[in-house]
Amino acid sequence: MSLAVISSSSTTYWYLTRSTGAVALILLTLVVVLGVIDVSRLSSDFWPRFITDSLHRRVSLLAVVFLCVHIVTAVLDTYAPIGLWDAVIPFHSSYRSLWLGFGAIAFDMLLAVIVTSILRARIGQRAWRAVHWLAYGCWPIAVLHGLGTGTDVKQVWMLVIDAMCVISVVGVVMLRMSSPSTLSRAVRLGGISLPIAFAVGLIVWLAGGPLAAGWAARAGTPASLIAHQATQAATR
Amino acid sequence: MSRQLRLDPVACTGHGLCAELFPERISLDDWGYPLIEAGELSAELREHARRAVASCPAAALRLQREGRPPAGATKRHR
Amino acid sequence: MMLAAQQFPRLLAGLVPGATMSFASHQLIHGAMDLSQHGRVTKEHPLLLEIERSGLRGYGGAGFPSATKIAAVAAQQGRPVVVINAMEGESLSGKDMLLIRHLPHLVLDGAIAIAMALGADRILVAFDGAASGARRAVERAISERPELGTPGFPEIVAAPLGGAYLTGQETALVAALNGKAAKPTLTPPYPFERGVRGRPTLISNTETFAQIALIVRHGATWFRGLGSERAPGTRLVTVGGAVARPRVVEVAGGTTVRRLLDSSGGVTESLQGLLLGGYAGTWLPPEAIDVALDPLELSEYGASLGPGIVFALGESACPVGEVAAATAWLHRESAGQCGVCVNGLGAISAALLELCDAGYHSGSYGEIERWCGLVSGRGACALPDGAAAFVSSAMVTFRGEFEAHARHGHCDACLDQRVLPLDGDEFLAPRPARRLVAA
Repeated sequence: MSLAVISSSSTTYWYLTRSTGAVALILLTLVVVLGVIDVSRLSSDFWPRFITDSLHRRVSLLAVVFLCVHIVTAVLDTYAPIGLWDAVIPFHSSYRSLWLGFGAIAFDMLLAVIVTSILRARIGQRAWRAVHWLAYGCWPIAVLHGLGTGTDVKQVWMLVIDAMCVISVVGVVMLRMSSPSTLSRAVRLGGISLPIAFAVGLIVWLAGGPLAAGWAARAGTPASLIAHQATQAATR
Repeated sequence: MSRQLRLDPVACTGHGLCAELFPERISLDDWGYPLIEAGELSAELREHARRAVASCPAAALRLQREGRPPAGATKRHR
Repeated sequence: MMLAAQQFPRLLAGLVPGATMSFASHQLIHGAMDLSQHGRVTKEHPLLLEIERSGLRGYGGAGFPSATKIAAVAAQQGRPVVVINAMEGESLSGKDMLLIRHLPHLVLDGAIAIAMALGADRILVAFDGAASGARRAVERAISERPELGTPGFPEIVAAPLGGAYLTGQETALVAALNGKAAKPTLTPPYPFERGVRGRPTLISNTETFAQIALIVRHGATWFRGLGSERAPGTRLVTVGGAVARPRVVEVAGGTTVRRLLDSSGGVTESLQGLLLGGYAGTWLPPEAIDVALDPLELSEYGASLGPGIVFALGESACPVGEVAAATAWLHRESAGQCGVCVNGLGAISAALLELCDAGYHSGSYGEIERWCGLVSGRGACALPDGAAAFVSSAMVTFRGEFEAHARHGHCDACLDQRVLPLDGDEFLAPRPARRLVAA
């Protein structure tokens, strides 16, 4: 297979999928942060509750828009073998099966949260709340997807974006745990330990994984693509 | 077709978004729970009422058609 | 006809203190009940017409017209269930337990008559499982019924439940009978539409069924032969407090409070006030002793008998302490579902307890009235409404005492609350003194 010439449109799609992916992560982080602020009932005269709530809902829709572009451009791009079904069926693709699969899982969860929110009147409050808790699983999985699949993981700007996202979510969750509210002990314990464990685990994994040499192969990039990248690097 | 704002007191947990979005008819008491003034809702007010209903995180507000509860359904039964 | 119209007592006829009337004795005193006219209730059903003509209203506290209630259940699709509400969560009332323990057959008669008319196949007797002797009395009474096991007659089942105050509230009772938490609900369907096991459910007070048992036998005209135009028939009233013999008495409608107190041995000390209707009721000044127990006259004072409760507060008690303790108890008995009730009653009872401690120095005294207005009508049940009426009427009737406490803090009498029964104390059980605030 000759990959000596990469069509310009393919490069455009690849850039688009990476950029929209980064923006989607930032937006998703914003959604989670706003959600936690909302449930913590924080507000002031200049920032009433309904703004938090309204932004939370609307930014989540914006995130879905960016995600759709992210997915479509990834599919259209011919460099990596990613099909449309890989967006919703996890671990189906031959390209970095696990890490791409995380993306599919996160996308599925986000869709579930949004659809149930739109249909909340029909399904009832309790069912809606149960599904909404998925959001706390959706975000870290999205972060792992980005770091595991992403081409730009070794770039400083990408790492800075991820760091700020993780700090924001961990920070706001810690804030919520510190409030004198009616959280059960189990929830409080989980809410303090899990984010910290995630942040620490992320750093450890990054060091030994995506930031270390040979990650592409370990992550599941097809051998042919790795060979091509090596050729590219050699010819520069 | 007149509508009434109805609150489910069990679902309500005092978030207060309704009072922010519809201060013409909804205010908050000492403990953050809504006090809803009864009365006809003009078309313009109905729009605000709808926004308030949609914004409630606990889905405790409802816009109901005017009507009495059926006989035998008083709260005071013991 | 075994009882002449003017014969008195009616419900309590033949009552032997401490003993449960057997079915045989019951038949002897009241005669057999004629149920030959059973069948699905229509508007022209003779029993329903008699009940309507009698003007019977429920004796559980709400005073809802019984005929209307029965007709509402009859109009539903599906086979109904009849529930005898003997929960009596209010410690100031003892009549339901008296009926259940000593005169169960009168109650069962009424329930069976209505069940036959409604085509119901089940009667549930709901009562506090912890009440001593109640379960035994109910089960024995059920076993004594000759109809037991006869095809076409409803099954009668004892349903002992946890004795929280709210469990007597109709929607909470249905929830408890369905195995869920005994919490009230405002959302439809209502019990008369879909209640126990999703079936149309008629819930009435113990005494209401007992009265129906008499109306079945003697008719509406007989029923109205005693009592007044607006308060026909007789009713049971629990008389407590500063009287020589606190007890449950049967009186004709429209009688005065004075006669009621006299039939309990008269007052034992000078009175500060009268509580009518229980913990959801109203405090009245001692002059109200000559008020007739007639709904119209009482409503001019904003009062009602509720489930038949009159409590006399003597001079030696402290009304502020008693009201504070009772309000704190009501707050504890809240289902905890509605923020207005939990927070509102919490604030009110805290402010009242402050009066029994430091007085004005921590003073939210000025807020109590306003808070009472805020909590009424905003919950899923009438608990906060009753508490608000209880507190605000006390603050009017005992204004002097409340103001004195606001200025000076506690008096000698209020720290050891002992007069009003709380916490599931049964009426007439001896009560330990309760320390209201830390010394």
